[in-house]
Amino acid sequence: MSNTTVLLVDDEEEFVAVLAERLEARGLMVDTAENGEIALQKAESKGYDAILLDMAMPGMDGTETLQRLLEINPDLQVILLTGQSTLGQAVEAMKRGALDFLEKPADIDTLVSRIETAATEKTKLDDQRIEQRLSDIVRKKGW
Amino acid sequence: MPEDVNQNLGPEEEELISDRRYHRTFIASVLAVSIVAIIPLLIMTGTTYRQYRTVFDAEMTRPMVRFTTNGKQSLESFLSEHISALTMVIRERSFEELQENRTLERVLMNLKQAFGGFIDLGVIDEDGIQLSYVGPYELEGVNYEESIWFHEVIMRGVHVSDVFMGHRNFPHFVIAIRHDLGAGHQFVLRATIDTDVLNRLVQSLVIQPHGDAFIINRDSILQTPSQFNGDILERSLLPGLPHSTQTELVELEAQNGESLIVACAPIERSSFRLVLLRPSSALPTDWLNLRRELGIFLVISIILILGVIIGGSVWMIRRMQEADRLRALCYHKMEYTNKMESLGRMSAGVAHEINNPLSIITEKAGLMKDLLQLSDKMPPREKLVELVNSVIKSADRCGGITHRLLGFAKHMQVKHENVDLDLLLREVLGFLEKEAEYRSIYVDFQFPELQPTVSSDRGQLQQVFLNILNNAFAAVDDGGHIVIGVTHDGANMVAVSIADDGIGVPEENLARIFDPFFTTKKGAGTGLGLSITYGIIEKLGGNITVESTVGEGTCFTVTLPKGHTVD
Repeated sequence: MSNTTVLLVDDEEEFVAVLAERLEARGLMVDTAENGEIALQKAESKGYDAILLDMAMPGMDGTETLQRLLEINPDLQVILLTGQSTLGQAVEAMKRGALDFLEKPADIDTLVSRIETAATEKTKLDDQRIEQRLSDIVRKKGW
Repeated sequence: MPEDVNQNLGPEEEELISDRRYHRTFIASVLAVSIVAIIPLLIMTGTTYRQYRTVFDAEMTRPMVRFTTNGKQSLESFLSEHISALTMVIRERSFEELQENRTLERVLMNLKQAFGGFIDLGVIDEDGIQLSYVGPYELEGVNYEESIWFHEVIMRGVHVSDVFMGHRNFPHFVIAIRHDLGAGHQFVLRATIDTDVLNRLVQSLVIQPHGDAFIINRDSILQTPSQFNGDILERSLLPGLPHSTQTELVELEAQNGESLIVACAPIERSSFRLVLLRPSSALPTDWLNLRRELGIFLVISIILILGVIIGGSVWMIRRMQEADRLRALCYHKMEYTNKMESLGRMSAGVAHEINNPLSIITEKAGLMKDLLQLSDKMPPREKLVELVNSVIKSADRCGGITHRLLGFAKHMQVKHENVDLDLLLREVLGFLEKEAEYRSIYVDFQFPELQPTVSSDRGQLQQVFLNILNNAFAAVDDGGHIVIGVTHDGANMVAVSIADDGIGVPEENLARIFDPFFTTKKGAGTGLGLSITYGIIEKLGGNITVESTVGEGTCFTVTLPKGHTVD
């Protein structure tokens, strides 16, 4: 699916750069953020189909970032990237509304398919949201 | 691995359970207990011995005194009997009668029959000339004017001589009596007496066995033969016999070193002294038996006591040794547990740290694969080289981390080497770098210009500082400060202070902070960390102190012996 937009949030710049390049090679539109604050700003200004979020980051960590992202938009599809040490936190985060989690280093194809799933989910939610809004308008206007 | 660790105790533990140390303790314990147990036994046995000895001595000396007194009385009555007999003769017979040999002969015969021991009889005029004589020799006309005995009898009236050989050539003595004829004239009656009578009398006083009895004169010349102390008319071999006027008892040492009990009594009207003696070793059998029994009792008691003491001490030392070994083992195990605990805590951080470069490697390699697969064209050379370099760099990063981890896991044994403190502290901090980064904890190093080295064990020191830094990290809030300072402490020590601005430790806990199993992290800590840190630092010849104010922070100061300067 083309034009799927992804936000990549990780403090390891080199990792972010390479992963972005690889995802872009697979037809995804990739934005990057090196910490939680930047991610929040970007998510506010633009709706992403999927967000890849690293659990361990200096400053605002993954759990907090997730919480605040969902406050901005509960429909956001967040996939968590986690190492062994933050596995427990990731599972906890799933319960708080994350869509999925992947252990680093993740297989690129798996990652892409998860992003697609997330995008589909997002589109579905967006459609529902539009439908809802339309039906609201219809009801309001009395059509 | 745990088994390995248990078996290989460090040099300090080996020293703790070294044989020499136990040997000293063993000897001290045996000596102390033996002295306490055996001295009273010896005193008791000694007292008993002395008391019995006194009793037996009294039993031994009593008959000696009695015999001597009896002997003295017999001898004195013997002398006075003979003197009385002669006095009677001189009174009954006139001077003229006594000058007749016939009369004198009858008198001598009567005396011999009545008393025995008389050998001859002579009458001597006031000028010392022998007027008449009856006896076995031809002594008529002999002049005694110059003889000492003659002067004495003229002066004193009665004279009892010492025993001598004289003309007669056998031991005898003389009793002489002066008789006043009136008008200033006088004569002397002189009788010679065989010493056989004396000998028999004295011999009857000998206390058998090994006893002796004899008479000596004023000059310690034997007047009767002695069994052990010389022949008649020889000087007595016994030195220092008493000269008192009463019966006296002394202990003397004979020439052969034998100890003797000697009773000595002067015989009145003569220069004689009666001497009775017996060796003090000639003790009654009862006494010997008792002494032997006492000896056996003492020896058996001492052997038993020593046996029990030595056996008990050996048992005690073994138990001590076993306990010390267990303690050392336990401490070692504790240390090991703490190390594993630290490792566990560290491994979370390390896993993350390794995971990052690993992810980069995966992604870079993946990108290379993408470049090769997704396009038909050969990707640009520089791009590939750049990617490969990046992969190598990340792999090196992983390698560095694993090395650090391995370095920490090694060094269980204490080994003194020169350790660069700066390097070591930075290495240890490396384990905590990520946590510091994530929690925005600021760690400040304050080092003197001359970088100090300490003589210590690298692995143990790493654990010490990791423990302290872990505590500091646990104490501070996110964004806290930790200051690591290194200063010279005197000429031979280096002090490392690790100060945090965390929650601090209440004073009541400060005193117990190094106690094993003391923890305030409920459920989260074993309470071993600082106790083990303390143990390690002591072992390394250093010292650790702590100051803390609640709400302001805590400062641990570790002093360590300075390393040798290497030029």
